[in-house]
Amino acid sequence: MTPESVFFYLLSALALVSAVLMITRRSPIVSILYLIVNFFSLAGLYLTLHAQFIAVIQIIVYAGAIMVLFLFVVMLLRLGDESQLAEPLSYRKLIAVGLAVALFLEIGYILGFRGSDRYIAQAANAVTIGTVESIGTEMFTRYLLPFEVTSIILLAAIVGAVVLAKRHIE
Amino acid sequence: MIPLHYYLALSAALFTIGVIGVLTRRNAIIVFMCIELMLNSVNLTLIAFSAYLGNPAGQMLVFFVMTVAAAEAAVGLAIIIALYRNKQTVNIDEINILKW
Repeated sequence: MTPESVFFYLLSALALVSAVLMITRRSPIVSILYLIVNFFSLAGLYLTLHAQFIAVIQIIVYAGAIMVLFLFVVMLLRLGDESQLAEPLSYRKLIAVGLAVALFLEIGYILGFRGSDRYIAQAANAVTIGTVESIGTEMFTRYLLPFEVTSIILLAAIVGAVVLAKRHIE
Repeated sequence: MIPLHYYLALSAALFTIGVIGVLTRRNAIIVFMCIELMLNSVNLTLIAFSAYLGNPAGQMLVFFVMTVAAAEAAVGLAIIIALYRNKQTVNIDEINILKW
């Protein structure tokens, strides 16, 4: 086992365990903290794929900004005791898990069917494409129009969030 | 070296966990977090393909997915706050005003 694969197995185990804990914990705060752990392990996995810029953005934007927004909302809403949201093990839940496992098997079948032994190692230029320089060059030349359009999306989201969360609209 | 399909299998497993969360949890905020988890598993797929094919397009797409996820989180949480103000609950079984 190379150090690289040890790193991969540790991070993927952490990601899977934190994801399972996230969907099973009662308290929303604990769920949010486990999701942050999951995002950190995903950032580590991005580093194993030589995507440094995306890994940093993952921590700053996802684990930082978006999850703080979630924490704020959970703390703003007085949810009281969680017993009113109690989720007993019902047949509906079993069907849901069965459907999700079927989905997983379908994805696995497609991946196996396509003969995925073609990509054993990363491409030779994988080390260079994830750097800030390479991402910036691509973003401001080839992907300039999509980059500018995202600013409109963000503006619409800001206006929409303010309008929706306002108490009274005259 | 780790083959590409290890990353794809991990990403599929994370996506499936997200689907289970969306289908089983009743708390709207947790359902929302499961959607974020599913978005992230797709991001992992895109970055894995980007590294194994040597093509930067995957990482650019991840950047735009993150932008849209941030916008979606802001608007979605505002909707949850507005719903809570009207119905005093975040239980998705009780939020059925659009049900025919």
